[in-house]
Amino acid sequence: MKATGAREIIANATIALLLLAVPLAASAMGEPFYVTLATRITILALAAAGLNIALGLGGLVSFGHAAFFGLGGYAAGIMAAHAFNAEPFFLGLDSTTSMPVIWLVAIVTCGLVALPIGAISLRTSGVYFIMITLAFAQMIYYFANSWPAYGGQDGLPIFIRNTFPGVNTAQPLPFFLLCYAALLLALLMFWSLRNSRFGAALQAARQNSVRVSAVGIAPFNVRLVAFVISAMVTGLAGALFADLNRFVSPSMLSWHMSGELIVLIVLGGIGRLFGPVAGAMLFVLLEHFLGGVTERWQLFLGLILLGVVLFARGGLLGMIAGKARHG
Amino acid sequence: MAEPVLTIRELEKSFGALKATDGVSIDLMPGEIHALIGPNGAGKSTLIHQVSGSIKPDRGTIHFLGQDMAGLDVAARARFGLARSFQTSSLAQEFSALRNVMLAVQAKQGSSLRVFRPVMRDRSLIEPALAILERVGLAGRAHVPAAELSHGERRQLEIAIALALEPKAFLLDEPMAGMGPEGSKVLTGFLDDLRHEAPILLVEHDMDAVFALADRISVLVYGRIIASGTVEEIRNDPEVRRAYLGDAA
Ligand SMILES: Nc1ncnc2c1ncn2[C@@H]1O[C@H](COP(=O)(O)OP(=O)(O)O)[C@@H](O)[C@H]1O
Ligand SMILES: [Mg+2]
Repeated sequence: MKATGAREIIANATIALLLLAVPLAASAMGEPFYVTLATRITILALAAAGLNIALGLGGLVSFGHAAFFGLGGYAAGIMAAHAFNAEPFFLGLDSTTSMPVIWLVAIVTCGLVALPIGAISLRTSGVYFIMITLAFAQMIYYFANSWPAYGGQDGLPIFIRNTFPGVNTAQPLPFFLLCYAALLLALLMFWSLRNSRFGAALQAARQNSVRVSAVGIAPFNVRLVAFVISAMVTGLAGALFADLNRFVSPSMLSWHMSGELIVLIVLGGIGRLFGPVAGAMLFVLLEHFLGGVTERWQLFLGLILLGVVLFARGGLLGMIAGKARHG
Repeated sequence: MAEPVLTIRELEKSFGALKATDGVSIDLMPGEIHALIGPNGAGKSTLIHQVSGSIKPDRGTIHFLGQDMAGLDVAARARFGLARSFQTSSLAQEFSALRNVMLAVQAKQGSSLRVFRPVMRDRSLIEPALAILERVGLAGRAHVPAAELSHGERRQLEIAIALALEPKAFLLDEPMAGMGPEGSKVLTGFLDDLRHEAPILLVEHDMDAVFALADRISVLVYGRIIASGTVEEIRNDPEVRRAYLGDAA
């Protein structure tokens, strides 16, 4: 028990250091491309870390988290577009290119949208929950597709990356460091949630919701809070992703994206603190290196996923650190 | 006379054509163990489910501490002071015995939305939970995941969780099932003391335990109470002997 715990801590620290060291070195050697690759990994890991709260701790297989990823992205894109045209943004409020404000808008929007989606979806479970979350995300996807004011299916460019006080976000490395800090904060929050009373109730509801009701805790309430927090973290990742690509389009809202987030978590290890990070690393590196060799790289991804599901349920981190244990 | 803690009146529940509960009325008095016996399929578990709130009765009323339970869900009834154990153990399987009990302690404290302090460093959860595990004889197994406990230990853990809720009444559905004679004896002694903390509605097949413990016994057959009385009255009731006890009693 102690040994596997220590192994996981070492594995986590190694992953965290690698993800920091590679872009630092790449930047020093004048290879900004690898900084951007690491930023992509970091943002996808952040999005998946959000989903990991619902999926990993709560056992809630949301197949609609792209909705929050995309909403976060559109929050950044729409505000940047208005600021670029020097127009007010909403209710006469000035638009801004300040990332902290944009992030706040993205997070709050996702929380407000996740509340009714969660409240309705969580009345169901199993495959119905999966389908209903998918249905909500698809509705938002089609809405974005057919709303010409913000680009419709062509998407919306962000001509100049949004700003952060005291940081030159136009440079790859400072922008990476911002994303990396956000990821670390999200992981710290995940860790804190998992070990807290709330986390105990949430994880117990995943294991046996009858037991949780019988001690007097309503599983629905606990799950709803988890779903909303989860959506807010994924929404923040969406805002960063839009700024990374300087572009946001309905593809961020599509069900492929929802599936990709689930795949990242399964690859890395469901419910593991660094599962989303390990999964995002593997995914993006496969995409980059195999994707350069063959267009059919997803075939290899499929095989790896198959192997994980059949032989290594704990994902990459499970293989390194062994089975997860609870106190 | 004291007021009953729990009052069940004219309860009815059908599953399709099957009447699982057919006009049942039962009282649970303070300080008593009221045993509910009857053959398999008589509707004992169905009755417990209706009292705890997981099955909705078709007709009839359930009052607990003077309050109508209709419209309260399982969690609300548990917070109100009704603690149940399950005929088939129902535990958070990945959690240790300790964490299963800590969950109940936390529920009792009403603090399940706290997101900061790690539970495994929270003495206000750990200490009461350990004390309860000690009481049911599971202290040595505190850190073993529920899934790895033996059948008997899981039954003990069910009782520990119910205790942690400090309820106003216990609903125990066959707590001795599959425990073996030694375990049953220990648990019998334990329940004997427990009635002073809160009255117990006890569903049990082990007749030695029932006769040793019960202040009153109600006999349920095909969803109906066919007899209700003291141990002596039930032992000597000809209809009960025919319908249920056979010649064993
Ligand atoms: N959810 C259900 N749906 C249909 N029939 C049920 C259900 N639960 C119990 N029954 C039936 O109701 C009867 C009483 O069951 P139960 O209350 O479990 O009996 P006991 O606990 O006395 O053995 C049995 O015939 C059982 O098959
Ligand atoms: Mg039964």
